[in-house]
Amino acid sequence: MKKKSGIIGGILAVLLVGGAAVAFAIAWRPAIAAIDPGARQTFDPALVKRGRELAAIGNCNSCHTVRGGKNFAGGLAVPTPFGAVFSSNITPDPETGIGSWPEEAFRRAMRAGVDREGRHLYPTFPYDHFTNVSDDDDRALYAFLMTRAPVRAPARENQLSFPFNQRLVVAGWKLLFLRRGTYQPDPSKSAEWNHGAYLVQGLAHCGACHTPRNALGAERPSASFAGGDVDNWHAYAINTQSPAPVPWDADALSTYLREGVHPDHGTARGPMAEVVSNLSAVPASDVHAIATYMADVFGAPSPDRKRQGEAVVAQAKPGAASVPDSEGAKIYAGACASCHESSRPPPYGGIHLSLSTAISASNPRNLANIVLSGVRPVEGERSPIMPSFAASMNDREIAVLLKYLRSRFSQQPAWSDLERMITEARRTQTAFVQNSAGPDNAPADPAQRDKP
Amino acid sequence: MMTLKVNGRDHQVDAEPDTPLLYVLRDDLGLNAAKFGCGLGQCGSCTVIVDGKAVLSCVTPLALLDGKQVTTLEGLGSVAEPAPIQRAFMEEQAAQCGYCIAGMMMRAQALLQRVRKPTDEQIRAELGPHLCRCGTHMRIVRAVHRAARLMDTASLAPVKEGSAQ
Repeated sequence: MKKKSGIIGGILAVLLVGGAAVAFAIAWRPAIAAIDPGARQTFDPALVKRGRELAAIGNCNSCHTVRGGKNFAGGLAVPTPFGAVFSSNITPDPETGIGSWPEEAFRRAMRAGVDREGRHLYPTFPYDHFTNVSDDDDRALYAFLMTRAPVRAPARENQLSFPFNQRLVVAGWKLLFLRRGTYQPDPSKSAEWNHGAYLVQGLAHCGACHTPRNALGAERPSASFAGGDVDNWHAYAINTQSPAPVPWDADALSTYLREGVHPDHGTARGPMAEVVSNLSAVPASDVHAIATYMADVFGAPSPDRKRQGEAVVAQAKPGAASVPDSEGAKIYAGACASCHESSRPPPYGGIHLSLSTAISASNPRNLANIVLSGVRPVEGERSPIMPSFAASMNDREIAVLLKYLRSRFSQQPAWSDLERMITEARRTQTAFVQNSAGPDNAPADPAQRDKP
Repeated sequence: MMTLKVNGRDHQVDAEPDTPLLYVLRDDLGLNAAKFGCGLGQCGSCTVIVDGKAVLSCVTPLALLDGKQVTTLEGLGSVAEPAPIQRAFMEEQAAQCGYCIAGMMMRAQALLQRVRKPTDEQIRAELGPHLCRCGTHMRIVRAVHRAARLMDTASLAPVKEGSAQ
């Protein structure tokens, strides 16, 4: 008996040790030797310039720069269902940034989500996309970041609950969800389409917001680009389920992504404002490639959908309004119509609201956000502007207005949880106004676009 | 006909519910402090206080004002008896052409009712939506600080019946 239990114990011990060894082998990553940060590396200015453009395509500053803070010094709390993860300092400061990282370590972080010391990084850093970035582009990004001003800014402690505060968990997550080479060129498509696909699935990481996530926080490949919720905003479906009243095409997308506004679609708001701000500073060819690929993801509209879109554009003219009869119609006439039926083209006039994706969307959150917060003007830029109505309308009045807008300007059924969404939008309003698009988050000064 | 409460008084107003408040104040009630600048809620010169909050009266239809208290600059003080915010703007000579100043004073008043001692940064952020093409911006900031001190030494906010609360 004693002998038997000894055997079982032995087997158990072997299993445990073996299991631990397997787990170790899966989870353990070696440190990569630090470089001497004093020995300043020199980079070709053209490489640094390309790195700057790529960093803009990657929207790096959106997470790695806090509003009013130093560029790329990190410290932004990224909320997740598991707690807050704070973005890291990616300036070349040797102690608190990546100043002691060789290029190899940077590439490994991008590709495998491991820092120089060998620790697993949380997938709030979207290496599930960045794994697709080419060696050349990683080199350019590295050159750009290593030539920024170093900022001493120690990392902030993540606020994650157990077991998510154990970085070992991330190794398991990667086993399940990190797939290398999710971008594969399609030789049957044009070079521009392929370049766009490479950017969208890699550095631009569009799916990080626009694809819904599963219970473990990974994007659901089966619902690619079907829309997601992020930072109190709804990222619209940008595939065949797009709620845009007028179907998108490559040229409209290209204009919108680079200028931040399109006359048939309106203006980018919320986290997307930062994206278009960044894209305004990259070559038009990159943006057009993204637009070309995404137009394919949206899919060519059916003849029916196309006709509907044309009808919407044709009807989107001022003066077609019915006589105000309901309370919502009266609020609209007094508060909204002076801009939205002004026939001034954007950015100085608002789009006709039958063109508004927010009003046709499945979820009223973005519309509630916009009505409450408005659209702030951007210093020194031609930019859209809309006043905040948080002070002049209470939640009930906003609900009345939104119901009216939905019934008059969309073909969709009434929203079901409108009141709750408005209350929630007002509750979080201050937070997102402070965190979202800052004054420099708009189409950049074109004169600056070609500077390194 | 609807009842509009302005500066503590009830007014019977004969206007469509989608009429912007600004038009009623100026055209029907003869209260001309709030100015028509852009008519689009983009310049701030029409700002008044509604239930304690600064509101752009050119994009606020009457339909939104049922039962609410409207305060205009006239409701804060008069030439003979200026309110602290008005005194402060005069003492700092914070107006040049003055067109935007009534709106600025109203938003500053709403800020001071919420924050007794605002910082420079808070004042600048709060007055961000107000356009001014003259050159008195620094004086305006100083005037808001002065008003904060005046309110502290006098009684806090205006005490008139039905005024901004």
